[in-house]
Amino acid sequence: MEIKLKHFRAIRWFHWINFPLLALMIWSGLMIYWAYPVYGIGPIRFFPDWFYSALHLDQRLADGMALHFVLMWLFVLNGIAYVAYTFLSGEWRFLVPRTAKTFRDAWHVFLHDLRIKKELPPQGKYNAAQQVAYSAIILMGVGSVITGFAIYKPAQLTWLAALCGGYTMARLLHFLLTIGYVLFFVIHVVQVTLAGWNNFRAMVSGYEVVNRRD
Amino acid sequence: MTDEEIRRELRRKTRRSFLTGGVAAAAGWAGYRWLTSARSDNALPWPQRRVLDFNGKLSHSYLSDSGLMPTYSASEVGYLKPNGAIGLDDSDEWSLHVAPGDGIPGIELTLADVQALPRVEMITRFCCIEGWSVVAHWTGARFSDFTRKYLPPNAAVPPYVYMATPEEDYYVGLDRKSALHPQTLLAYEQNGRPLTAEHGAPLRLVIPVKYGIKSIKKIGVIRYTAQKPGDYWAEEGYDWFAGL
Repeated sequence: MEIKLKHFRAIRWFHWINFPLLALMIWSGLMIYWAYPVYGIGPIRFFPDWFYSALHLDQRLADGMALHFVLMWLFVLNGIAYVAYTFLSGEWRFLVPRTAKTFRDAWHVFLHDLRIKKELPPQGKYNAAQQVAYSAIILMGVGSVITGFAIYKPAQLTWLAALCGGYTMARLLHFLLTIGYVLFFVIHVVQVTLAGWNNFRAMVSGYEVVNRRD
Repeated sequence: MTDEEIRRELRRKTRRSFLTGGVAAAAGWAGYRWLTSARSDNALPWPQRRVLDFNGKLSHSYLSDSGLMPTYSASEVGYLKPNGAIGLDDSDEWSLHVAPGDGIPGIELTLADVQALPRVEMITRFCCIEGWSVVAHWTGARFSDFTRKYLPPNAAVPPYVYMATPEEDYYVGLDRKSALHPQTLLAYEQNGRPLTAEHGAPLRLVIPVKYGIKSIKKIGVIRYTAQKPGDYWAEEGYDWFAGL
């Protein structure tokens, strides 16, 4: 066996800094959303009253707005730093899907993970599903920042609000993207758990064990 | 290296990384505690207040008279919920007290004085800080026209404007640029009819470049001032600038 550097130090920092930042953006976002909680699917309301009261998210619009508009800077800066680093280091080559085949392979990985298919397509550092997911989450981040600023400054950034389909639509998209993060988080944690310690350790220490083929 | 040496090396690296991570997490937690429990400045921990004021300054520098809120057609007008009633007393006697600057004697105006200014109709989105918004139809005088008329000629407009209900129960602070924005109206009609009491009769502010909390109802006092004025909701922990 040997140990190999898998994740650069900078990538690990960006990843672990993003985690609490995004969590706090969602947390403060819920305090804001509480003041006008209009979304739902049929009889399912986002969210029932007990949800806010259990988490002490009710009656805290001012707190939520302040925290949201303070931490947004750190969230944006960390995101920009991550994207810039990924490009400068060349790491993007492992992450960004570049052919239609990646999306087909991602579908196969998806079927494999659901135990519908046995074989996995050949993969590099990240499998095709990871490439799609990790690239999508960055685009979602960009989407959250764009829709966020469209809600935040619809008068001064009229064009941005228009780009998002208007003020009301921007708020809905901003909300949906947040739901997307939560779903991503759940799947991500399940996958990391299934992948095991060697994989998780690599995101903390940077190193993974690979079995040398002698 | 033998496998055992490799394992030991990896354990050492892992231990070090978890230690670093632990220290970073503790530092992050301490930073968050500081951010959320530092000494309060108008109902907000001061570091957060600083950032909000910075955000306000940044948006203020970006704000221009040409940046207009979109306008709508009459068919898109919706129902405007009369949200706040602070300072809306029943008194029928009303006049508008205007102080043109710090230490300059004020003048009393009537509604007719405001209505004598160029009449402007405007259909814009009214955005509540709670998150809802509705298209509303207003008629009134531009605050910039009002300012030009009632400030001494050639006098520079002070950097801030303070407006309050007659007994100053509700009050807002405005930056000059937002106050003089072409869509900022002293409105006396809504949907073509005189304002109702719950919407701030006889005269209210409509400032679409700010959240609705700044569109003060039943204005009794207008003061131009060099000092950043107090603001009802800013003192409750909201952003003072509250711009859109």
